[in-house]
Amino acid sequence: MPIEIDIAHVARLARLALSEEELSTYRSQLGVILEHAAKVQSVPTEGLEPTAHPLGLLNGFREDLVRPSLDRDEVLAAAPDSADGYFVVPPALEG
Amino acid sequence: MADLADLTVATAGERLATGEASAADLLDAVIRRASLTEAELHCYVTIDHDGARRAAEESDHRRSRKESRGPLDGIPLALKDNFCTRGLETTCSSQILSGYRPPYDSTVVARLRDSGAVIVGKTNLDEFAMGSSTENSAFGPTRNPWNPERVPGGSSGGSAAAVAAGSALAAFGSDTGGSIRQPAALCGVVGFKPTYGLVSRFGLVAFSSSFDQIGPLARSVADALTLFEAVAGHDPLDATSYPGTVPEARPSLETGVKDVRIGLVRELSGEGYEPAVTAATNDMVAQLEASGAIVSEVSLPSFAIALSAYYLIAPAEVSANLARFDGVRYGLRVTGETVEEMMARSRAEGFGPEATRRILLGTYALSAGYYDAFYGQAQRVRTKLINELANVFEQVDVLVSPASPTTAFELGAKTQDPLAMYLTDVCTIPANLAGTPAISIPVGLDADGLPIGFQVMGPALGEARLFQVAAEVERLATFDHRPEILAAASDRL
Repeated sequence: MPIEIDIAHVARLARLALSEEELSTYRSQLGVILEHAAKVQSVPTEGLEPTAHPLGLLNGFREDLVRPSLDRDEVLAAAPDSADGYFVVPPALEG
Repeated sequence: MADLADLTVATAGERLATGEASAADLLDAVIRRASLTEAELHCYVTIDHDGARRAAEESDHRRSRKESRGPLDGIPLALKDNFCTRGLETTCSSQILSGYRPPYDSTVVARLRDSGAVIVGKTNLDEFAMGSSTENSAFGPTRNPWNPERVPGGSSGGSAAAVAAGSALAAFGSDTGGSIRQPAALCGVVGFKPTYGLVSRFGLVAFSSSFDQIGPLARSVADALTLFEAVAGHDPLDATSYPGTVPEARPSLETGVKDVRIGLVRELSGEGYEPAVTAATNDMVAQLEASGAIVSEVSLPSFAIALSAYYLIAPAEVSANLARFDGVRYGLRVTGETVEEMMARSRAEGFGPEATRRILLGTYALSAGYYDAFYGQAQRVRTKLINELANVFEQVDVLVSPASPTTAFELGAKTQDPLAMYLTDVCTIPANLAGTPAISIPVGLDADGLPIGFQVMGPALGEARLFQVAAEVERLATFDHRPEILAAASDRL
């Protein structure tokens, strides 16, 4: 059976302003995909650790050296809005 | 003489060395081919006419001073449009990055520039490399050179089609669930995914970080190895990059397969596999056996569940990686009253349906209450598959299977059914879960004249064995077919 999910809640978590119609489409599509994906729950995995890096590498260390950063003006040139060397965004808080 | 646009990298290199052709000649040939085929095929998002011209001139200048840098100096290559290229638009075929010019080169691009390669342009892909048909591009689909009514596969469909059509001599792509090997199979070229970590991901726009691996698409197994050698090796800028020595595979290209133990994967056959694909696979296995290989059938039960695990882990990593596209630092911004409204509107407007679907899927799989049942369990299934593979690689040296259950399907055939599209990656996904190397080699055509790909998979860091078998598959297959569209294009020259 397709899995029922609270799609409006998930879209809020993901910061996606979707229409009611889009939410409805994604809800039914995700239900079918998750039904297939949930087959992993039938696999016995007692005693197995989860894998994050396929070769099992842990930390990669390098020398802690000072090196040049990206040019600030070049980086800000790609921004939708900037001023005085900063990114500019709408207010994060009311008032 | 054959058109320069149809040469292998190796042959083009010989022409450059003898002075029969210049880097500028090679570039002219692929640009001319692109001008004849692009309107129909749409392999490229961006062709960098000026940058490529300068790089070709510099290469010819170096050669005239006897300062040539090696096998890629002067060779026109294409790059999937998810590699950051300094000052050159990098879109990931997404509206959210339309117009974005990165302030830095990815490590692979930097190494290619150092090798003297001529970067022709950036190829089309499924948005953020999510897809199996290159139909999920914000700039329109790429079409298959063998039949423009068919998809080229994906997500590196633009790179695969460019190599098949001659609008580049070879190309680079990225492979997260088969995105190099599956389009290579559907376009009749060689596609190689190295062991995870052998090629730096620095500057490759991240899709699913624990699976993503960069590799070549080429017209021969030897060319694929040449491209791999040019970019492989540890990079301190990628913390997951492999710190050891890159396996040396070139000597094994000529050794044949006598006494090599080859396992045919039982789980990658049967229902859903086109008869022509199964027949070509079995025929190649019989030929390998006749060449001295020891063939057996092997079973890897976890391969049957690999797709399910992949479609939990990959979207989970997507939801984290694509959080950076928020309308603040780069890309599309849609205005809003508050910063949160601006972000949510920008993301809804900028991402296409497949990226949106995977972000939602991953956000759900990682959300409170579902994390262990979905994401955690999928990561344990991944461990189980890695253990199974390790056991099987004690009995056999390589595994073989089809690279795709079908040949190229028609445009639109699977766009309304995401799960059906996902199932096209069933042969390629296990190697991504395990981080192991795998390669697809064209071995024949089906009754409709569409290419069939044969996959060879090796153990982690087993590139030498992998290329040993791949080279023999190539010799046995003698695949020398060409898309009809190229004959038509040549007539117009």
